[in-house]
Amino acid sequence: MAAAIELEEVAVRRGDRDVLHGLTAHVPAGQVVGLLGPSGCGKTTLMRCIVGVQAHVRGRVTVLGRSAGAPELRSEVGYVTQAPAVYGDLTVRQNLQYFARLLRAPAAAVDATIDAVGLSSHAGATVSRLSGGQRARASLATALLGRPRLLVLDEPTVGLDPVLRQELWTLFGNLAGTGVTLLVSSHVMDEAGRCDRLLLMREGALIADEAPAALLDRTGTTDLEQAFLRLVQS
Amino acid sequence: MNALATARRVLLQLRADPRTIALLLVVPCVLISLLAWVFDGSPGTFDRIGPVLLAVFPLVTMFVVTSVTTLRERTTGTLERLLTLPIRKLDILLGYALAFAVVALAQTALVSTLALGILDLHVQGSPALLVLVALLSALLGNTLGLLGSAFAATEFQAVQFLPAFVLPQLLVCGLFVPRPMMARPLQLFSNACPLTYVVDAMQGVVATTEASAVTGDLLVIAAFILGSVALGALTLRRRTP
Repeated sequence: MAAAIELEEVAVRRGDRDVLHGLTAHVPAGQVVGLLGPSGCGKTTLMRCIVGVQAHVRGRVTVLGRSAGAPELRSEVGYVTQAPAVYGDLTVRQNLQYFARLLRAPAAAVDATIDAVGLSSHAGATVSRLSGGQRARASLATALLGRPRLLVLDEPTVGLDPVLRQELWTLFGNLAGTGVTLLVSSHVMDEAGRCDRLLLMREGALIADEAPAALLDRTGTTDLEQAFLRLVQS
Repeated sequence: MNALATARRVLLQLRADPRTIALLLVVPCVLISLLAWVFDGSPGTFDRIGPVLLAVFPLVTMFVVTSVTTLRERTTGTLERLLTLPIRKLDILLGYALAFAVVALAQTALVSTLALGILDLHVQGSPALLVLVALLSALLGNTLGLLGSAFAATEFQAVQFLPAFVLPQLLVCGLFVPRPMMARPLQLFSNACPLTYVVDAMQGVVATTEASAVTGDLLVIAAFILGSVALGALTLRRRTP
């Protein structure tokens, strides 16, 4: 299967600290790939490299066959930062209408996307008045608009109630079913089981790159939290 | 079209803040009325200073409004998101310029109607030229504010750039002391300040009916606008550390 993301010896140095030390991995297309690891292990920096917004990247990052950050990729890659990046003084619908025009998405996509993230009842609400979780979903919605082939989502489920989390993971699975590749970061291990494949990170390095079942098998454990601990200790 | 979409978005954001709109439109009117009243005894002075203020208001207000809005866009992550989308940097800058030009036009139309129609300000040149100078001044404030926001980390700093940036220019622009009477270093400094040309153009509009008398000034202002747009575009980085 063609790789959606190929990382070769990707390294980033910020100030006098190595944030990423030479990561190599291949992310297959059409899967939900979890990027897991403790806070501060370099997940966000790696995602920034893939989206092409990180400066001073060494090594090679190839996304959908092109060098990361290539202008052609701007309509193919959707990126949702950890902090919601939407206009607080506009309504949910106004935000989406603006981003839809930039992405050349049809007007009908606006309401369909609002519905997909479960914000239909708040479409006319000003974003700054929404709760944190609702704001995060508004931010996610803007990234879904242009039907990107790759979605890079930085901790999209933080602060959501279990029902919503379940719904979003179902949405991610459905998107992957249509051929979209999703790279989803999280620092909670119980979300790892919902991924087709896992990238586990610790202190700027990859410690695992495999399917959840294979990881459990290899570490001889029954839950992913234990598997992670086993990998760190070995 | 991305520039138009961006302008529309910026105006929608502004519409959500009616108090700011009121301040942008009412404060210049109050100030110019106050000035007319202060110089009630010497109409000649009001005729000399009034038009200059008509040009300074848009520069000052647009500088503050643009530097704060673009700083907000930088700090809330929306700018970073925009730069990952298929939009050219120039479209972002043009969008802002267009949106605030609309506001500046409303502001200038209101203040100059008040000044010329009710407060009895006398101007030799055409009112259209006066509005043109005020608009260019607004655009200049716009682009300088955008550039300034790149050097501010907080909204506090952005607001402080106004006195740091505009007051020195106002002191040497020839409003308080004619430029030929200033010390040589001050003259050189004022030659380098964009506000000098705005004020000079406005004084030209006051003194003469000849549009050609202010063409030189208008060209210099346009050059400053283009220069700060180019520098402003450089501060919009798609890749950040």
